Amino acid sequence: MKARVTVTLKSGVLDPQGKAIEGALASLGIDGFASVRQGKVFDIDLDINDNAAAEAALKAACEKLLANTVVENYRVELVG
Amino acid sequence: MKAAIIVFPGSNRERDAGTAIHTVTGHEPAYVWHAETALPAGTDLVVLPGGFSYGDYLRCGAIAARAGVMDAVRAHAARGGLVLAICNGFQIACEAGLLPGVLMRNVNRRFICKRQFLTVERADTAFTRRYRQGEAIEVCIAHGEGNYVADAETLKRLEGENLVAFRYCDARGQVTDAANPNGSANGIAGIYSPGLNVLGMMPHPENFVDDLVGGTDGRGLFESLAKAA
Repeated sequence: MKARVTVTLKSGVLDPQGKAIEGALASLGIDGFASVRQGKVFDIDLDINDNAAAEAALKAACEKLLANTVVENYRVELVG
Repeated sequence: MKAAIIVFPGSNRERDAGTAIHTVTGHEPAYVWHAETALPAGTDLVVLPGGFSYGDYLRCGAIAARAGVMDAVRAHAARGGLVLAICNGFQIACEAGLLPGVLMRNVNRRFICKRQFLTVERADTAFTRRYRQGEAIEVCIAHGEGNYVADAETLKRLEGENLVAFRYCDARGQVTDAANPNGSANGIAGIYSPGLNVLGMMPHPENFVDDLVGGTDGRGLFESLAKAA
């Protein structure tokens, strides 16, 4: 089973990297981007066949390591 | 005083901390590898040093915070043992749940390496008894992720319980936006645990203990610890 975990900054948390990317896009002349927020994607191969068990393991991984829930949100998707 | 300095892959300020402890207190600290599961018997002070543990992978301090030795550090802190967490060590302490909040990218997106004044917010702790309350001390900072962030409730608690240790200030001791190098909430440069036995700070007091390298305002912190432990 494969999974994708997406970690993003909570709204309201300042994202200097996103701001830098915004600036770079503007300097490339690519217009129309009101704002950019950057985050992280983890593509994971699981040795688990049970959906509920996989979701529990992924939640534990997010809470304990992949995300800092003080400033970040996470989303877990099982992808077959 | 028995000090144990925890060394992670990518730590690079452990010798600075060790030299400061030895220079100021006369005691030789132990260096403890991150894979150890126990601290040396009778450890009074644990130091989480600066550096780039695990190359700052994932988030600064995130991997080091889950290292085997950190259970022993948490137990030491829970017993009321002293923990001094400097720079990357502060990031590790926050990730490990020893202190609240998180250190985010500097607001100006740059790595900042310079001399910096700090106010000593209280002079009645194991770390600061050799300073005067409100005194401005000059040490140095060297970090890319020192922007202290916590939710409004946590900030209110830190302020209400008088747990802010140091704030960024100018040479006259004024805490202003202009003197805040990295965007930290309320100009916070360091905080205490509720028991006042864990201190996390971004600046480097260990680098200013000898006139040869530019200043001695960091000595007071180690002199205070020598008296406390």
